[in-house]
Amino acid sequence: MPSELILKYMREEHLPHIWCPGCGHGILMRNVAQAIKNLGIDQEKVCLVSGIGCASRAAGYMDFQTMHTTHGRAIAYATGVKMARPDLEVIVIAGDGDCAAIGGNHLIHAARRNIGITVIVFNNDIYGMTGGQYSPTTPHGEFGTTAPYGNIDRPFDIAVLAAGAGASYVAKGTTYHAQQTIKLIENGIKHKGFSLIDCAGICPTYYGRKNKKGGAVEMMRYQRDNTITVEQAAKMTREEKEGKLILGKIAENDFPEFSDEYQKIIDRLKEGK
Amino acid sequence: MTKKLIVNPSWCKGCGICVEFCPKKVLKVVKEKITVVNYDDCIKCGLCELRCPDYAIYIEEVRDEE
Repeated sequence: MPSELILKYMREEHLPHIWCPGCGHGILMRNVAQAIKNLGIDQEKVCLVSGIGCASRAAGYMDFQTMHTTHGRAIAYATGVKMARPDLEVIVIAGDGDCAAIGGNHLIHAARRNIGITVIVFNNDIYGMTGGQYSPTTPHGEFGTTAPYGNIDRPFDIAVLAAGAGASYVAKGTTYHAQQTIKLIENGIKHKGFSLIDCAGICPTYYGRKNKKGGAVEMMRYQRDNTITVEQAAKMTREEKEGKLILGKIAENDFPEFSDEYQKIIDRLKEGK
Repeated sequence: MTKKLIVNPSWCKGCGICVEFCPKKVLKVVKEKITVVNYDDCIKCGLCELRCPDYAIYIEEVRDEE
């Protein structure tokens, strides 16, 4: 028998999930369930949308109103859901490739519009499902099956990208710091407007193996020993921040929310003005 | 309320995360499955539950019989 949390918020018949041994996605998915439980939101009022990739399987496992959509387009579908039903709590779970490569344009424009959805990125720095190709968040010099001599790209910082594009709540979590990450997800869901929580994942099967980072335990240990807070990061130089993970809130602003603005136009036109 | 440590070996994939981060060294992976080797030392902190990717270990709160 699984725990009460799992029984309530997951589809037990689909568990255990197919993620690899030690995959951080299971921990992050539990964080999402815990955050929703802590907020006491009605399960029927949550719409979870995902695209394609390892992370996107979460929509199959979690017991809410769920949509498993096309690659990179989860945010586009979520935008549609939110516009049709602004009363719903719309949450997107996306991997780093789904969110920042294939769905990169949807991400920046949803952030710019500040539509009231919450995007939770399970960011493991690699394409796991398709076999370990490097992704837009793979650090410079690291290895993937498509970067056998080291990645010469520079990585995206998804959180900073979203904040720059106009997202009104942005935070960074990690797999190791589960309690803090749950809190950040809660704050993101509570926030009115576009929220994004970029969670550093662990992929022992591809990222760990390709880059000799060890197994799940070693990768978790690395996160424990190399995570700094936003406040600490603010005082450090770029060289000092090399290889460090950041934990905490990156941005919070009170921008007008898109579906609200749309409703205002409807109301105005109804009054004939 | 009494807290109980519960394991579900059929869901365990033997990654060893819970074993590593248990502050009291209560757990061990035996034949790729989670095993409680030192139940009496468990302080029911729940760190294993928080970091188990497969939901194979958790703390259950049981109401005391009156």
